[in-house]
Formats: sequence, structure tokens, C-alpha cells
Amino acid sequence: MRVDPQIVAHLGLIVVVFNMLVLSAAFMVWLERKVCAYIQDRVGPNRVGFEGALQPFADVIKLLFKEQLRPKAADTLLFLIAPVISACAAFAAFSVIPFGTETTLFGLLDQPIPLQITDVNVAVLVIFAIASMGVYGIVLAGWSSNSKYSLLGALRSSAQMISYELSYGLALAAVIMLAGSLSLREIVLNQSGVWWGFIPKWYIFLQPIGFFVYMVAGVAETNRAPFDFPEAEQELVAGYHTEYSSMSFALFFLAEYVNMVTVAAVATSLYLGGWLGPFLPDWLAWIWFLVKVFLILFFYVWMRWTLPRYRYDQLMEFGWKWLLPIGVINLLATAALVLWLG
Amino acid sequence: MDFSALAFYVFAALAILASLGVVGQRNPMYSVMLLITSFGALAGLYVLLDAPFTAVTQIIIYAGAIMVLFLFVVMLLNVPREEPAPALFATLAPHGLKIGAVLSLILGGEMVWALKRLPRGWFDQDAAAQSVSSVALIGKSLFTQHAFAFEATSILILVAMVGAVVIARRGQPS
Amino acid sequence: MITLNHYLILSALLFAIGTAGVFLRRNLITMLLSIEIMLNAVNLTFVAVGRYLGTVDGQIITFFVMTVAAAEAAVGLALVIALFRHRETLSPDAFTALKW
Repeated sequence: MRVDPQIVAHLGLIVVVFNMLVLSAAFMVWLERKVCAYIQDRVGPNRVGFEGALQPFADVIKLLFKEQLRPKAADTLLFLIAPVISACAAFAAFSVIPFGTETTLFGLLDQPIPLQITDVNVAVLVIFAIASMGVYGIVLAGWSSNSKYSLLGALRSSAQMISYELSYGLALAAVIMLAGSLSLREIVLNQSGVWWGFIPKWYIFLQPIGFFVYMVAGVAETNRAPFDFPEAEQELVAGYHTEYSSMSFALFFLAEYVNMVTVAAVATSLYLGGWLGPFLPDWLAWIWFLVKVFLILFFYVWMRWTLPRYRYDQLMEFGWKWLLPIGVINLLATAALVLWLG
Repeated sequence: MDFSALAFYVFAALAILASLGVVGQRNPMYSVMLLITSFGALAGLYVLLDAPFTAVTQIIIYAGAIMVLFLFVVMLLNVPREEPAPALFATLAPHGLKIGAVLSLILGGEMVWALKRLPRGWFDQDAAAQSVSSVALIGKSLFTQHAFAFEATSILILVAMVGAVVIARRGQPS
Repeated sequence: MITLNHYLILSALLFAIGTAGVFLRRNLITMLLSIEIMLNAVNLTFVAVGRYLGTVDGQIITFFVMTVAAAEAAVGLALVIALFRHRETLSPDAFTALKW
């Protein structure tokens, strides 16, 4: 039976991306603990593997061996489905992100395939849509746990995510206006080239305020510090995942880190020029993509262990009264510039 | 059977089963989740109809915003499971739902029968028809031909927002 | 091959299900959900016929229907909350003040 090599290549791409996401979540666990340690003037995990690099795998094994608890009055179906929804939404959002140029895999294929899972012409909106589906995992987790801390954490967390989705969308809209297309691959390709010989034509130089709005909204979307009040240990035990243990908790954990990776990947595609960079040949361009994503993830972790946490009402006030108007003004200014400069 | 036909039947079956679940389910939380599934299936159907923009707006607006609103209200009100309806005629009281289900089956059957008598409407398969889906075309039409309706909907949303806040607010002690 | 008739029949069935829900269910929130099903059935018809005729107008009307549905859901749910505060029940049979 003749198997179409294109289909095999696509399936292989899906497998590679999925495994890369899971491995990056593991890598993030290690990075977080090491960076946290060095910021706090200590060493962090250094026993398991070289400099603690195998620590995430030890953590996973420990989590898998824990007992799967379920509160007696919990709604079983929703309780079990909630982390699955979170994790699925986190992974699905990565399906439209391009991480390299078209490649023929060293001549094995007749036609080149682009290094992304699929290229829809409304890719940016797909990411936005899947991000809004991620809210359900949290809301259902809080509700079905049938516990005060969970419900409060879930309501706060989902209200926060919904509020910051607006600013997220506004930052996206400004970039879409500059690029003239909704497809992420087109947006990256529009950023190729240099000005004056050495400054690359990335949108971060054209849209610094937009980048700020996007990063703040992205951090708030993923419930990370300084916007992680819903998970604050001091107030809410653990927020919406209080009652979860073992594999379900691991799924939430995984979903949070993969969401961070997605936000970082979208930020590099929109503002930092995706896989474009000097010195490397086309077929290695994905290395630049990884470097840029890593930089943003490091920034994420750095922010968590440096900045204090926002109080919930300060958080909501910031989202609605400051970030949203800044996003709107940025959009209007971008529109004016695009019209004026043609 | 080619892939798009298979996809159509899968999505159609999912939409119908989920909608039946919404209508037949006692627990309102499950009703909301089943409706979200139904919306997802409809988004898949829109993609099959070469309308990817409508598909993503369906997910963003319906499944991502309106259903979250429903979910919050269901959680807030802690909706109890419902009691059966009071009936007009005592003899028919236990059979209300069955009669209603039969009547709605008749309604559905009538509509299907009427639609089957239409001539076959084949879709255009050429590329020109498929390019109808481009977001740029939608935007152009929306902001030029339908600009008035667009602005009117923005006022509508503002009014709805203010109205919802005012109606759901606790009464002020005078 | 999938023709326009398939889509029209599907949306007719969904509309019938939604109507059944509005008439048969005794819970305000489920009635609102059934109205959403009906609106979606209509959206499907619009998009299918728009694709059949090769215009983009079907999708534009869908856009407006979705916006109106959002506004209606918001106000409807606010009313449900206000009604629940009054009578502590969500059954429409409890609100008979305007009946004869």
C-alpha cells in the first residue's frame, strides 16, 4: 500500500510538536525552580541529574504515584473533564503557530511543507478562540470541586481571564492592521528585512506599546504572577485546583506551562519576527524561534519571582481602566499611521 | 465516501445529539456544556462551508462569551433541578412531555418533508466560489454596504450592557 | 456529495429541537438555551445559502445575528437573575402576575 509521504510528514510534524510541547513544559518546571533559586540566592535542585535537569521527570513520577482523590460531593464527570479541557485547549492553540520556513526534509519530499501543523487564513483568531475555551477548564474545576476555595478561585480566575482577553485582542488587532493578514505565517514573513543594515524589521520596534499590552495581557491570561491571585497560596489555598491531585493536577500544571509557551510563541511570531534571524541557513531557522521563545519564557519566570502579586481589585482595575484604554489608543494610533504612510 | 461528506455527517450527528441533550437534560450545568459541544460542531460545519471567519467568531462569541455568561448565572443561582409542569387537564398530566415530544417530532418531520421536495442545490466547487470566505471581503462589505447596521449593533450592545447591569443590580435602599 | 438540501434539513431539525425545548422545558435558563439553539439553526441556514449563492452576505447576516444573540442573552440572563431574586424559583409557571 503506497503511503503518501506528505501525510506521513504531516503526522510526523504533529508528533514532533506535541512532544516538544510536553518537553518544554518539563523544561519550564526545571527553569522555574533554578531561576527562582538563583534569584533567592540559593542553588535549587541539583541532585537529580546534572544541575537537577532530571528533576521534572522525578516530579512527574511522584505525581503519578499519588492517590487520585475525589471529593465526595463533587460532580464526577465535570471534575474529571475539567483538567482535560484545560490541557486540550493549551495544546490546540499551538496548531497554527509557524516555527520554520518551508522545508523538503532534505529532499525526502516532493513538495515542501511549511513547518507548522496547519495554516489557516484566520490563524490569529483561532488562537484567540481557543484561549477563550481555556476558561471552561478553570470554571468547571472550581464548580465541580464543590468547595469554597475552589469556587472563589475559579470565579476570580475566569473573570480575570475574560477581562484581559479584550486587551489581548486589541494588541492582536494592531499587529493585524500592520501586517494586513490574519495568518501567522504571513505576519512573520512581513517582518523580514532590515532597516539601515542592522535593525530587523520586527513589529516590536513599530509597536512597543502593543508589545507591552500583549505581554501583560498574556501573563494575566495564563494566571501567572504578578496576576496569579486566583492561585495565591496565602489566600486561597490553591484556588481552582485545590481539590485535585495526581494526574489531574499534573494536567492542570501541564496546561499552565503549555499556555505560557503558546503565549510566548505567539509573541515571537507577532512581534519578534518568528524564525527570522541572521547567520543561520533557512533549514535551521527554527533554532532562532526556540531562542526567542526561550527569552520570553525566561522573562516570564523572572517576573514571577521578582514582582509582588496584585490584589484582585487592583488587578481588575488595571485591566479595565488602564490596559484597555492603552490598547485602544494604540490601535487608533496604528490605524492613523497605516493610513498616513500608506 | 470522501472526507468532507464524512466530516459533515459526524458534525451533524454531534450537533443534533448535543441539542437533544440540551433539551432533554435535567441538570442545567450539563445542558450548558452540551450546548457548547453543539456550537463546536456547528463551527466545524461552517469550516466545511468555506466560512472560517464565521467558524472562529462562533467559537469566540457564542462558545467563549455567551456560554460563559450562562455558566456563571447557573453557578450563581445554584439552579435546582426542575419540577414537572402543572397541567391543564388532569388526565393528561403525566404525559405532557411525551405529547410534546411527539408534536415536535411532527414539526421536524413536516419541515424535512417540505425541504426534500426542493430541487437539489449543488454547491459551487470552483476556486472563485471558495474565495468568498476571505476575511478581507467580509470586512469590505461590512464596513461599506452594511456600515449602518454595524454602527447600530454597537449601540445595541451598549444598551444591552447598561440594561443588564441595571436589571440585575440589587435594589438600592431608599 | 453534500448538497444545500442536507444543510437545510439539518438546520430544520435543529430548529425543531430548539422549539421543543422552549415549549417543553419548565426552567427559564434551559428555555434561553433552546432559543440559542434556534438562533444557531438560522445561522447555519444563512451561511449555507450564502455559500450556495456565492456571496458573502450570508456570513455578514450571521455576524449580526450573533451580536444580537449576545445582547439578548445578556439582558435575558439579567432578567432571570432579577426574577430569581423575587421568587426563588426558575419555573416560568411561578410568574403569573400578567395572566388573566
